[in-house]
Amino acid sequence: MLGTTIILAFRAINRHKLRSFLTTLGIIIGVAAVVTMVTLGNGATAAVREQISSLGANVLQLRPGQGFGRGGGGPRPPDFKESDLTAIQNQMNGVRAVAPLVQSSGTAIYEGNNWSTTVYGTTSAYSEVQQWKVASGRLFMPEEEEAGRAICIIGNTVRSNLFPNSDPVGKRMRIKGVTCQVIGVLTTRGQGGFGDQDDVVVMPIRFVQRRFTGNRDISQIMVAVDDAYDSATVQSSLEQLVRERRKIKPGAEDNFNVFDTKQISDTLTGTTTILTQIVGAVAAISLLVGGIGIMNIMLVSVTERTREIGIRLAIGAVAREVLMQFLVEAIVLSCLGGLIGLFLALVASLSLAPLMKVPFLFDVKVNVIAFLFSAAIGVVFGYFPARRAAALNPIDALRHE
Amino acid sequence: MTEQPIISLRAVTKVYGDGPTAFQALKGIDLDIAQGDFVAVMGPSGSGKSTTMNILGCLDVPSGGTFLFKGRHVETLDRDQRALLRRRYLGFVFQGFNLLSRTTALENVELPLLYRGEDKATRYDMGMAALDKVGLKDWWDHTPAELSGGQQQRVAIARAIVTQPDVLLADEPTGNLDSERSVEIMQLLTDLNRNSGITVLMVTHEPDMAAFARTIVHFKDGLVERIDQGVEG
Repeated sequence: MLGTTIILAFRAINRHKLRSFLTTLGIIIGVAAVVTMVTLGNGATAAVREQISSLGANVLQLRPGQGFGRGGGGPRPPDFKESDLTAIQNQMNGVRAVAPLVQSSGTAIYEGNNWSTTVYGTTSAYSEVQQWKVASGRLFMPEEEEAGRAICIIGNTVRSNLFPNSDPVGKRMRIKGVTCQVIGVLTTRGQGGFGDQDDVVVMPIRFVQRRFTGNRDISQIMVAVDDAYDSATVQSSLEQLVRERRKIKPGAEDNFNVFDTKQISDTLTGTTTILTQIVGAVAAISLLVGGIGIMNIMLVSVTERTREIGIRLAIGAVAREVLMQFLVEAIVLSCLGGLIGLFLALVASLSLAPLMKVPFLFDVKVNVIAFLFSAAIGVVFGYFPARRAAALNPIDALRHE
Repeated sequence: MTEQPIISLRAVTKVYGDGPTAFQALKGIDLDIAQGDFVAVMGPSGSGKSTTMNILGCLDVPSGGTFLFKGRHVETLDRDQRALLRRRYLGFVFQGFNLLSRTTALENVELPLLYRGEDKATRYDMGMAALDKVGLKDWWDHTPAELSGGQQQRVAIARAIVTQPDVLLADEPTGNLDSERSVEIMQLLTDLNRNSGITVLMVTHEPDMAAFARTIVHFKDGLVERIDQGVEG
């Protein structure tokens, strides 16, 4: 019997191709919208997570002053000293690695090429903190760091601009007017949330302090938290230690700040997830409207086909068969609409993802749920018109003009 | 005609509506129809002939009295049981043809077989055989819009007989046709009655058409006024 009703449903749909298409249009658009939004939203979340993780996983960034800026007026809070670094290294639990950072900007020159970039003065611990690796060459040796040798490791953007056709390792380039030897190239990090992460020249901190900044201050200390420890606990003991070292009286405000990348990461991914859900919910409303569209057309169709229903009843269709026919018609329409919608969503996501610079992540769950939902819409919104059709009196239906 | 009649109405009444506006369409009909008969039902409009046909077609139930069809009390059956009875034993032909539009002649004819659950090959064979009987085998893939009125009515007849019913009910089958087509349709019905043994019940208001029948039942004011037996020449 189900086979019969499916044949009849397909015949009816086939007889009215345009109307069937218009009926399903709401479902098509609804499913396509929901699935595209969620797919792109997932891509955006993944992209944000990726950018955050490029900051280094679970890293506490210790900076002088309050917040991101250096504060408003008043005396500039002091930078950190090398003794702060050693204190953090030796007196704290849950610290995997500690790296100092001094930044400076300048132009790098090799043969005819020059490139304006950022110089990071740090130690080889920086590689461990940020989980950066060298693609070729090597990291600094402890004695080179100690002596502040004129050596550098360059990011890939710097490499491609200064050494387009040659291997930079072992070459001597000029940076801010001094000569240094390239000993390594970093692996590519890509575009982070904070600009091009490959546009960097990393040098021993002693060298940068001596030749560029002219003092032994450290402007930032990066603390990698051991995975076994809770980053919030480590953060508060770090704050306590720095307060003690800076002799800040109890109750007085910190003149430094600790920035937890994990916290930022959680906040940002949480935000994009919520945004995805909101946009998905808005799109789901269009799916609901699509369902009402199906009901509307099916009701019109029942009225328009009253005579047909009368004929079917007269020649011996039982009420259940007429009900099933209209119900199956609605379900077939909404499932077809769902499938077309999924296909459109695939096309749309694949073409929009590169434009929005987010990865395309095919989410099987969302596709399956959207399809099942469209089928459910067929059942729910098809049932009422189908019941109405089945309840018709054959005599009246036959007389209907 | 000593055997049990295929249809037997006893004191059948039909009331539409209730209270002061109630309308009594049938006021007590007694009628026996023998297997293999060709009956024409005549009468002015409002005489109760259409109501009687609806009851005989198991589309409607009497308000009172008994209706025996092949020994079964139809007045006690529910909607779906009557539908199954129609599916099994009855064929319908209507004045307005009532074919499904945008559907080929063969698909229209196959429709009752679909509800019977016949497989595709059987449907095709039986459908084509029925179309052959009404002389439209070559027109099987035409839709109603591509057929003349006479052809449409013949497709409708093919649909009615495809299940090899015991009784064919025809409600003004020639009402929408010119006299030449009407005679063709009547000859087809006569042929089906004689050669396939189908009992034919036909409502008509044209004496020329009624003349094809063997029995003529005259209705008046919700009652059977007169039955002319063996009028056929």
